[in-house]
Amino acid sequence: MKVSIKWLAEYVDIAVPAKELAHLLTMSGTEVAGITQRGEGWAGIVVGRVASLRPHPTADSLTLATIEVREDPVTVVTGATNLKVGDKVPYAPVGARLLDVHTGRRAAVGGVRIRGVESWGVVCSEKELGLSDAHEGILILSPEAEIGQPLADVLGDTILDLEITPNRPDCLGVLGLAREVAALTEESLHLPDLTYLEQGPDVREAAQVEILAPDLCLRYGASVIYDVTVGPSPFWLRDRLLTAGVRPINSVVDITNYVMLEYGQPLHAFDYETLLGRRIVVRRPRPGESIRTLDGVVRQLTTEMLVIADAERPVALAGIMGGAETEVTERTRVVLLESANFSPTSIRRGSRTLRLKTEASVRFDKGLPPSLAMLALRRATKMLVELCGGHASRGVLDAYPGRRESITIRLTPGELRRILGIELTLAQMSRALGRLGFECREEGQALLVRSPEHRSDIQIPADLVEEVARLIGYDRIPTTTLAGPLPDHPPQPRRSLTERVRDLLVGCGLQEVISYSLVGHRLLSKIAPGAQDGAPDPLRLANPMTPDHEMLRTSLLPSLLECVVGNLCLDEPGPRLFEIGRVYLPRKGDLPREREMLVIAMAGPGCQRGWSERTVELDFYDLKGVVEELLVRLNLEEPRFCRTASQDVLHPGRALAIEWKGLRLGVMGELHPKVARNFEFRVPVFLAEFDLELLLEACQGDSLRIAPPPRFPAVRRDLALVVEERVAVSELFDLIRQAGGPLLAAVELFDLYHGQGLPPGTKSCGVTVTFRSPERTLIDAEVAEIEARITDLLQKRTGARLRG
Amino acid sequence: MNELRKELENLLAEAIAQIQNSADATQLEQTRVHFLGRRGRVTTILRQLATLAPEDRPTVGALANQVKETIEERVVARRAAFETIPSDEILAEDLIDVTLPGRRPGLGRLHPITQIIRRICGVFVEMGFAVMEGPEVEWDYYNFEALNIPEDHPARDMWDTFWIDPGISDVAKPMLLRTHTSPMQIRIMEQTRPPIRVIVPGKCYRYEAVDASHESQFDQIEGLAVDEQITFADLKGTLHTFARHLFGKDRKVRFRCDYFPFVEPGVDMSIDCFLCRGGGCRLCKESGWLEILGAGMVHPGVLARVGYDPARYSGFAFGLGPARVAMLKYGIEDIRFFHGNDLRFLRQFP
Ligand SMILES: [Zn+2]
Repeated sequence: MKVSIKWLAEYVDIAVPAKELAHLLTMSGTEVAGITQRGEGWAGIVVGRVASLRPHPTADSLTLATIEVREDPVTVVTGATNLKVGDKVPYAPVGARLLDVHTGRRAAVGGVRIRGVESWGVVCSEKELGLSDAHEGILILSPEAEIGQPLADVLGDTILDLEITPNRPDCLGVLGLAREVAALTEESLHLPDLTYLEQGPDVREAAQVEILAPDLCLRYGASVIYDVTVGPSPFWLRDRLLTAGVRPINSVVDITNYVMLEYGQPLHAFDYETLLGRRIVVRRPRPGESIRTLDGVVRQLTTEMLVIADAERPVALAGIMGGAETEVTERTRVVLLESANFSPTSIRRGSRTLRLKTEASVRFDKGLPPSLAMLALRRATKMLVELCGGHASRGVLDAYPGRRESITIRLTPGELRRILGIELTLAQMSRALGRLGFECREEGQALLVRSPEHRSDIQIPADLVEEVARLIGYDRIPTTTLAGPLPDHPPQPRRSLTERVRDLLVGCGLQEVISYSLVGHRLLSKIAPGAQDGAPDPLRLANPMTPDHEMLRTSLLPSLLECVVGNLCLDEPGPRLFEIGRVYLPRKGDLPREREMLVIAMAGPGCQRGWSERTVELDFYDLKGVVEELLVRLNLEEPRFCRTASQDVLHPGRALAIEWKGLRLGVMGELHPKVARNFEFRVPVFLAEFDLELLLEACQGDSLRIAPPPRFPAVRRDLALVVEERVAVSELFDLIRQAGGPLLAAVELFDLYHGQGLPPGTKSCGVTVTFRSPERTLIDAEVAEIEARITDLLQKRTGARLRG
Repeated sequence: MNELRKELENLLAEAIAQIQNSADATQLEQTRVHFLGRRGRVTTILRQLATLAPEDRPTVGALANQVKETIEERVVARRAAFETIPSDEILAEDLIDVTLPGRRPGLGRLHPITQIIRRICGVFVEMGFAVMEGPEVEWDYYNFEALNIPEDHPARDMWDTFWIDPGISDVAKPMLLRTHTSPMQIRIMEQTRPPIRVIVPGKCYRYEAVDASHESQFDQIEGLAVDEQITFADLKGTLHTFARHLFGKDRKVRFRCDYFPFVEPGVDMSIDCFLCRGGGCRLCKESGWLEILGAGMVHPGVLARVGYDPARYSGFAFGLGPARVAMLKYGIEDIRFFHGNDLRFLRQFP
């Protein structure tokens, strides 16, 4: 909300600089988001008087205006048609800077010849001065402006850009804000005089108000003003509207807008003579009713909305927009002025259904205090009388079904101390509240507080506590540390696990990414062109922003693959990524099950250890190594890796399920070539996916036992085993462990060889077997004996031979 | 035979000790001869093997050989210690290019949001807060109603919401993507009794046009402390401590009045601008201050709704955005970088 400080100063003396004022407002809850100086950059622009006008000798559309300024009169060429002799206008001499209406930038005025006539500077439009977007005519200044006076002295102002919080609808007007300023600066408030001559007939003869929907209309006030002349508003009024960014239209509309900006209360003016039956009925629409609104649109009404009707038909969408048929025009002579209070509920629903937001609806939406309606009605009626030559009816109509008794709240220094941690006396409390217009009465050790009418947001003692706190200033409240007992926090094993997994994977050289939880069909179809078997339908948004973010993901893999693609495209040679995030699995009649998942993806070249070594192509075993490292470090010993082919996403020959004591913790493998093609990968991609909930389950029961370091040396033997290709290395290992018995400490593969020197269809596996006894130094003979047992078993079961 | 085994083991221990204690090459050589020389003690035992029973020979023989090998290895190792080392002048000529880059083990990195969440949580954990998490898909009740934001409340405009299509779940109650982590205030209070000190990081979502400072998905950290006698002064102290830990101990903080429907009084905490130190610049929109978090004393209505007696218990709550903190701290101009996952961006975070 934009507020002119000059305007504000009409209601409260402002003794502090604008910056200080902005600070006080900001600290007390009304944030000043910006301060702009109106008139900054107007150097050289002065008030001129149109001395004479004559047509341009060669161009019909142009006029030559002689402008009287302090020195010799100057002649300017203008295309505007709204100038009259005697008008005071802003005159910008050559060199002054104006906004270029085309580029929007400031540029200096040059001395130019326009169609052969020299123009000594220009007369300016509102837009050129940066006042508004209007550029149709020249800005006509107040007749009181002095010739030669700098324009900045006439129109200069400071405009505050304020953010009004939803709990303070009373601050949506300049006057409400003045009230805050008065309280903050301890200056007194000057309220507008609301008395006017009531020369017309009794208002009750002119119209009757009937509220048929008292739940939606809390108050309806109206007055009737006769003999109104609709014309342009005086300069000062138009100027005020401009400071708030509102375009002047005609005196009646301008007055309703002015009062809306002043009090925050929207008003509506009807052409009284177009209303039928001298009746105003506030009701829900009848089935099938429609209305043509001011913007010319015919709107179908539904029974949840609220309309203002005359004896026969709807004449306005209550609180949203007036009807075209009862609109005030230049020919209007009698005005019925409405100042009402509509409940936010009806406004919100109507405004939502019709997709129509207006200055009025936005304000009613915030729940205005009903007290404003009567004040604003009197204020606007007075202005219509004084500025449009009108005669006001005697009295005003005021139907007020929503009247509520004002409440009294009890506040004690003890309660204030309990919440704020600061000790204040009753006198200090009542002084702070008094500044804000609260009526306080001491009763024993308590304060009985009555809110002013416009503060319907104040309901409970805590509300008053805040009022006191913001008035004395939050910085006066002391700063303490939490005392009191520490809560007994239950352990958070899931969070500890995910954090540990993150650290382990970072240690494995992986980069963490975080992608969007919302996915779209375009991405999902790259994974599974048809519906995935057994995969749950994802939850969908009722109001997605884009089709790419319309469902809640049920797997993290698609997003991660997209992330890999994205980085490969950016010349990132080998993304090695992981993400920990949730998938959302729908459940009937309940919130979805949110499961924490881990996904890993690796692509591109493998290990490149700097300048001395060649890059080794990344493969399946790089990923498997990471997975093994992860499991070992989580103390999940001896996980089972089993071939799996049931994965749509993984290469059927290169996929693995990871099991641990019957729990299937996850899968890993190479990306299925078909999916790889959909994503346009040109390098192999390896993926792993873990269910962290299951991983957590597996980690729960862990009982780690630590042995002392061995006292006796180990004996190592290398075996070169030649076996058929189809024999899995894990099978060899299992047999070695079986035959090795208790003295076998470790089995490791140190070499795998295919090709020359071997019979076709075979491979040579170099295996290091380590033996150790916890009790003694092993001797060659016993090691040799176990070794023989191992080779025998291998030979028997797999046909393995020792290589010569 | 067991005596022989014992003797061998003792001999080995003795030999190792003597080798280690020898002061120079001569002494070391004497030790070697003493054990392994032609009349050495180990040699003597090896010669005696022939006198053993045939079935004992292999085991003791192997052991004796092992002892001999071990002593030899130790002697060689110890001898290296007495070798003359070339002078520094000569060593200086034996150059390598020490400016060549080292071989780095290549650790990965945590996402910056994870890093900043950890740091923030860490500060609060030191102050006795526990870290908890909650659902991202929520009921309207927890996200709004229970937080004093009934339907059609003007304040609902503060949170533009993604609603879940009720189709699949077949639910009557409105379901949404949480717009803030505040629903966890209610869930935690429903499940526990005071004292409460928790901090809740998590993803949130808003139906908001995406630009340099707005994302439809973002992270938030909620804080909640409830007990008897918790005051606004405690709120100030706790959050001030947090700001100093995270942004440096000279940081100035400012608490000003602000409005959130579920707190009363409401607070906005700002810190003095990094760039201009309070003078006013583009980063702080000329105000000299950077808004960091919203907070306030838990609204009595909220306490009553979860069955806490508002006359007995009080507390404070706060919410902050880790992305905003990171942006301010590191001078990042566009919030979309965080979910863009461009490694050239992510790798800049140590
Ligand atoms: Zn700054």
